[in-house]
Amino acid sequence: MSENVLHLENVTMQFGGVVAANDVCLDVNEGEIVALIGPNGAGKTTVFNVITGVYPPTNGRVTLRGKVIAEDQPRGKMRKLYAGGHAYEYPHTVNQTPDRITKLGMARTFQNIRLFKSMTVFENVLVAKHMNMKAGFFRTALHLNGAEERRMREDTLKLLEILDLTDVKDEIATALPYGKQRRLEIARALSTNPSMLLLDEPAAGMNPQETEELCAFIRQIKERFGLTVLLIEHDMNLVMDISDRIYVLNFGALIAEGTPAEIQQNPDVITAYLGVAET
Amino acid sequence: MFDTVLPYLLSGISVGGQYALIAIGYTMVYGILRLINFAHGDVFMVAGILMVYISASGIPLYLSIPLVLIITAGVGFAIERVAYKPLRSAPRMSIMISAIGVSYTLQNLVLYVTGGLNQFYPSIPFISQSVTIGATSTRMVTLITPVLTLVLVIALVLLINHTKIGMAMRAVSKDFETSRLMGIKIDNVITVTFVIGSFLAGVGSILYFTNYSTVIQTSGAMPGLKAFVAAVFGGIGSVPGAVVGAFIIGICENLLKGMDTILIKAGLSKSMLGITTFSDAFTFALLIVILIVKPTGLFGEKQTEKV
Amino acid sequence: MIQAQPTIKPKKLDAATIITIAIIGVVYLLAFVLEQVMPATSMLFTVLKKGATYALVAVSMNLLNGFTGLFSLGQAGFMLIGSYAFAILTIPVAQRLSVYQYYDGGLVQFSLPWLVAIVLAGLFAALFAFLIGLPVLRLKSDYLAIATLGFAEIIRAIFQWDKIGALTNGSNLLRLFPTFADFNVRDESGQVLVYWSTFVPFVIAGVCIAFILMLINSSYGRAFKAIRDDETAAEAMGINLAKHKMIAFCTSSFFAGVGGAMLAMYANSVQAKSFTTAMTYEILLIVVIGGIGSVTGSVMSAFLFVASSEWWLRFLDQEQMIGAWKVPLLRNGFRLVVFSLIIMAVVLFFRQGIMGSRELPDLFRKRHKLAGKGARKA
Repeated sequence: MSENVLHLENVTMQFGGVVAANDVCLDVNEGEIVALIGPNGAGKTTVFNVITGVYPPTNGRVTLRGKVIAEDQPRGKMRKLYAGGHAYEYPHTVNQTPDRITKLGMARTFQNIRLFKSMTVFENVLVAKHMNMKAGFFRTALHLNGAEERRMREDTLKLLEILDLTDVKDEIATALPYGKQRRLEIARALSTNPSMLLLDEPAAGMNPQETEELCAFIRQIKERFGLTVLLIEHDMNLVMDISDRIYVLNFGALIAEGTPAEIQQNPDVITAYLGVAET
Repeated sequence: MFDTVLPYLLSGISVGGQYALIAIGYTMVYGILRLINFAHGDVFMVAGILMVYISASGIPLYLSIPLVLIITAGVGFAIERVAYKPLRSAPRMSIMISAIGVSYTLQNLVLYVTGGLNQFYPSIPFISQSVTIGATSTRMVTLITPVLTLVLVIALVLLINHTKIGMAMRAVSKDFETSRLMGIKIDNVITVTFVIGSFLAGVGSILYFTNYSTVIQTSGAMPGLKAFVAAVFGGIGSVPGAVVGAFIIGICENLLKGMDTILIKAGLSKSMLGITTFSDAFTFALLIVILIVKPTGLFGEKQTEKV
Repeated sequence: MIQAQPTIKPKKLDAATIITIAIIGVVYLLAFVLEQVMPATSMLFTVLKKGATYALVAVSMNLLNGFTGLFSLGQAGFMLIGSYAFAILTIPVAQRLSVYQYYDGGLVQFSLPWLVAIVLAGLFAALFAFLIGLPVLRLKSDYLAIATLGFAEIIRAIFQWDKIGALTNGSNLLRLFPTFADFNVRDESGQVLVYWSTFVPFVIAGVCIAFILMLINSSYGRAFKAIRDDETAAEAMGINLAKHKMIAFCTSSFFAGVGGAMLAMYANSVQAKSFTTAMTYEILLIVVIGGIGSVTGSVMSAFLFVASSEWWLRFLDQEQMIGAWKVPLLRNGFRLVVFSLIIMAVVLFFRQGIMGSRELPDLFRKRHKLAGKGARKA
């Protein structure tokens, strides 16, 4: 068994009376591509947002390479309302902000593309290099960090070259065709030098041929950058093709886990999810 | 002790009622457009100026008061149509800047018309009269304000909860886009909101300026800001919240104004501390505290941003 | 791995940049020469001095509102702090008794050189901004606006409080500190040999604006713009929101403080009650007219605004006769009405303002390519 990268333990996310994620336990190991699937509103993006620090979990713990990045138990009004399990087993409050989590080596893309709309493709990718700058505020502001700035620009250009975005590097990001915007989102995430990549519906809005290309693309960057990947996706062809393992979420709770072959056979999944999809 | 505090308390309640009438305009507009209508305080001031000019032209009071209220509502309507409607799809900052621009324009127009001089507000029989409560002498307006405010607020709440347009307003404030898809005529709802808000600000101005007796182009700025703070304090978007917030602010502010006197009479202080200076600053301090401690205000609803 | 591209080396100065530098040089030269040859009482110099001051303050506001997307309305408050810090620190010891006549000469009994004081003025403003920023920078757009506005009002009230009059002179004027006119070199008889009173504010404002420009074009500037475009995405790219918002807020306030000190030197006196919300609104409107997101726009708009309000449109405030015909409407206050209407027209119909998000060199490029902007300055 290879080393564990991401570990979710009894993660529950509750908004008022609505339990968006219920007791989710999930593991992603080094070098794997893991998919998180489920019908609309099953809580997939909520789980993503907890992992990336956008929402603090109501209960449970998230660790990244053994380091706790989020942990909490029901507090305040939630004590009465709490509807998940394993309450009060996680006494510490840890709530790393998204930028800290990115620095720890986990980058993400967004379901509804969130590019920096006033910036060029080049700048969108370059800005992700900012967090690793060595030079302080005054040196940077006075442009005394020439070597560092040059290196950041070189790295950015290399990355754009690898991702085949060089020809559009000076375009305004939001002027790109949809498929390239998705690709740019991934480029931007890779620019933070992650070891783990979270993709939120990367194939949304793509036709079958584009999806196939995307599939190859994800494999390619995974090899090239030595990534571990967790993705949310609706497109079953992509999921079954690319994933090493799959988790299935329904009404906030996990109902199955296994290899693509196992998931396709799983009666619970078929009734809860695939069955619905066929009607 | 009570005799010392009473006059400040009374004028606090009175001013609180006047702030409440302004605050409703802020809170309703914010509820629907998510816009701080920076010009609202100036609409209030314009209502005051209108009263000065209309009554100077010799129109009798029973006509001039309704006339002022109607024109004020019209001003609110016109501002919405000219300055906000064209920017409906623009970034939020643009609309806020437009609101600031309107505020600037109204103040400068009034400056031009009045020559920048204090205008004496006409005295309105009955509500300008003096009355004596215990050892305290005050004006009738002090007593009428809270009563009138409550009557108007109850009427408004009934309107919001029990009429078709009220239902539309609630729907729009919950979800602008969906309401539009459901066939609600958004522009009508917004118009009604501005008309009601401006009308109430007009009523507030009659009560307020009867108390303060002069109007100048900047008269609306401070009451406007305070009413806004009241709206935030009560939970912006909530009418009862705005009213409660306004009374709290009005009372606290007036107690602070009298704090020096109260402390000396109570033997707690030997000299004037100059606390009066902070009666305005207090409102903003309150604002900042509430924004940090409970950004949704007393009665506001929590909104989570979708990622 | 693919080889590094040669294109990323810093580009040589292109023609547009050279023209820009030349224009700026000519403006500075003119400012100096004109002051030597024209009468010192000319309206032109009033406009240039106040314009330079407002240009700096407008650019500092643009850094925050235009480039970082933080809608703050506290500018007048930070200018007030700068003005007071400068005045309090520079009034000559000999004059203190007459300035602080109600407070026995006041608390501060030393006096600093103007350059030190102007830097301290900025630092004090930045320090206040830091303290204010801790709680309020977490607030979203319009709440931030109203909270900063509130802080500016509180600061104004505090500075007028007579209990701290030994420091601030209460609600009385602070005066007799060094002003722009003191930069002129005089001989013993008081005759001016060389006029510097316009050039020096130009230099102060120029240095500060140059710093802000360099900041905007650095990696920090890109991070600010990322926050403006999308906070959530910026945070996911590893940008610490709290830290970067605070840096932008303090930097902006520093320069607002310096601008406040310049305003004090321009006006020869300081009084808390003049730093009203209306002042903040005016500066905001200058930024809007110039173009939110353009430093050049803010500078041009500041000079236009000051020139119009102090000089060119003054005639609107007086009755004018053309032959025997009396021009209608003209009387005191009409200028401001015209002004307001222009501003509303810009806000409603020309939302890009004068410059949009372009800068001066962009005007001399054949086609406006935003693309070139990022790669140009390495």
